[in-house]
Amino acid sequence: MQTRREMMARSAAVASLLATAGFLPMAARAEWPKSAFEAKNMADAVKALGGSAPVESKDVTITGPDIAENGAVVPVGCATALPGVKRLLLLVEKNPSVLAAVFNVTDAVEANLSTRVKMGQSSNVFAVAMMGDGKVLYSVKEIKVTLGGCGG
Amino acid sequence: MADPMRIRAQAAGDKTTVRVLMSHEMETGLRKDSAGKVIPAWFIQEVTATHNGKPVLSADWGPSISKNPFMQFVVKGAKPGDKIAVTWVDNKGDKRTDEATVS
Repeated sequence: MQTRREMMARSAAVASLLATAGFLPMAARAEWPKSAFEAKNMADAVKALGGSAPVESKDVTITGPDIAENGAVVPVGCATALPGVKRLLLLVEKNPSVLAAVFNVTDAVEANLSTRVKMGQSSNVFAVAMMGDGKVLYSVKEIKVTLGGCGG
Repeated sequence: MADPMRIRAQAAGDKTTVRVLMSHEMETGLRKDSAGKVIPAWFIQEVTATHNGKPVLSADWGPSISKNPFMQFVVKGAKPGDKIAVTWVDNKGDKRTDEATVS
């Protein structure tokens, strides 16, 4: 099921993709929300995905280490117990590309996902839950990195 | 063609925990090689998971995801013997699908 809001966001993403298609032909696939991944902060990324202003919430949990020894592999997870979640987002505030992952969840999976991200430096990591009713909730955790993961 | 994924799906009650380890470089497009030239971006953009052929999860990833990405999710209602398949597509259009049986 697609809401009108999602459709609008997709259309915008497609438009921006077409504009840059000449430079990045391989990236010109309509499904990938390029504008969201180019956003420089959480609010812009959420907006690019068609969400409203995010509100901090205790119902969204983010898991991860307090201190990550190796920034190239930082295990993080996001979860929420709330029903009606449409999307879960993971963002690393100080990375060149802030948005790390967008998970589109269905009723058949639990809103509890883990992955591993790269972190260039110590930073806040956000877990954002976009709900079916349009609410956008987030929680934040600071992860300290002793060895950055984006260097050569 | 990329190396196969390692997928493990373990049932516990009516919930199945699926762990996926993909084999991929996940270049950000920001790093430089020893000659100072930028290494072009090469990363997985889309991941989809199906349970007995029915899509249950899709994800859009950026270059912030680690090399050889790991992903864990929980499928409700999957029984031992069910098939869990995972597909990824990277920004070069390369793709790979692997399947595992719930145990």
